[in-house]
Amino acid sequence: MVKPLPKEYYTRLEEIQAADFVALELVLYLNTHPTDRQAIEQHNQFARHSRQLKQAFEVQFGPLQHGSPNPSQTVWTWGESPWPWQV
Amino acid sequence: MWIYEKKLQYPVKVSTCNPTLAKYLMEQYGGADGELAAALRYMNQRYTIPDKVIGLLNDIATEEFAHLEMIATMIYKLTKDATPQQLRDAGLAEHYVSHDSALFYNNAAGVPFTAAYIQAKGDPIADLYEDIAAEEKARATYQWIIDLSDDPDLNDSLRFLREREVVHSQRFREAVEMLKEDQNRKKVF
Amino acid sequence: MNSQMQIFSHVKSYVPPRSPFDPCPPIGTKYYSTPPNLYLGFQPPGLPQFSPADALRKGTLWKVLYDYYDNPYRKGAGKTHG
Repeated sequence: MVKPLPKEYYTRLEEIQAADFVALELVLYLNTHPTDRQAIEQHNQFARHSRQLKQAFEVQFGPLQHGSPNPSQTVWTWGESPWPWQV
Repeated sequence: MWIYEKKLQYPVKVSTCNPTLAKYLMEQYGGADGELAAALRYMNQRYTIPDKVIGLLNDIATEEFAHLEMIATMIYKLTKDATPQQLRDAGLAEHYVSHDSALFYNNAAGVPFTAAYIQAKGDPIADLYEDIAAEEKARATYQWIIDLSDDPDLNDSLRFLREREVVHSQRFREAVEMLKEDQNRKKVF
Repeated sequence: MNSQMQIFSHVKSYVPPRSPFDPCPPIGTKYYSTPPNLYLGFQPPGLPQFSPADALRKGTLWKVLYDYYDNPYRKGAGKTHG
């Protein structure tokens, strides 16, 4: 069974969701405004910020994506619960 | 290719065990104007649309799959611990007979998904106008579900999804302007 | 059509015609949305944004595209919302 997650899991996940959301909104905007330099700069800034948040999150709660390092030497954690619909 | 991220685009919370709401939400799962139809429509149209709007179709299609996962999460949570009796009371007896509480690509009336819901005409304007219409229809569907729902947490997530339809429609409208090649030009006939 | 005070709203309304033989009691006013994407045109650069946390909560980064929706038929609903 899934063990209860600390409150921190939800707050830190939501920080990632917010950073990714801003980046995505800028991606869609830039697809129709490809020469807006300010938006390109802001997009890059949020993409970097998101990567940092995810690295810190993954150390504590396991990988969000293939390609992220497995936090344990002995147990493969990618396939472990919780999956996003289970939290 | 795609890389899966083990997170939802937006948090999904549900306050009450209410399988009736799950039944309504199936309209956005396997319905004509639902998230699956949207994702498949844009993902397929992108091959035959002018280069300058391929990226937009690609990225909105990808976001629609994230919305499909949010809708699935809502349906899953609303039916997860429901008894057969509760499912029957929610009008989901027929669903239960065929699927137990498994998700399936049906609309709210139990009609299975069909590719006939979507189109790829190969004409960029016809396709983008269909996409704009699809976003407005999905927005309306979210409104009608919010009207029927009294779950405040669920409505919060549904408002997020409705707002995304507004933004996508805006970008598709801009894509039409890009194809007209006149967004910065004075109209001289 | 909307003969209330001239405060702009994205929610529009009309009163459906009424026959003496209509079986249901009149619903009164019917409402429909005309969201901001219908008015904006090609989005100009540099428009005001929400903070990242607010953008996620509201479903858009762009203040001009934000359109809160609530059931307009519920009593006390359909009013503006922060």
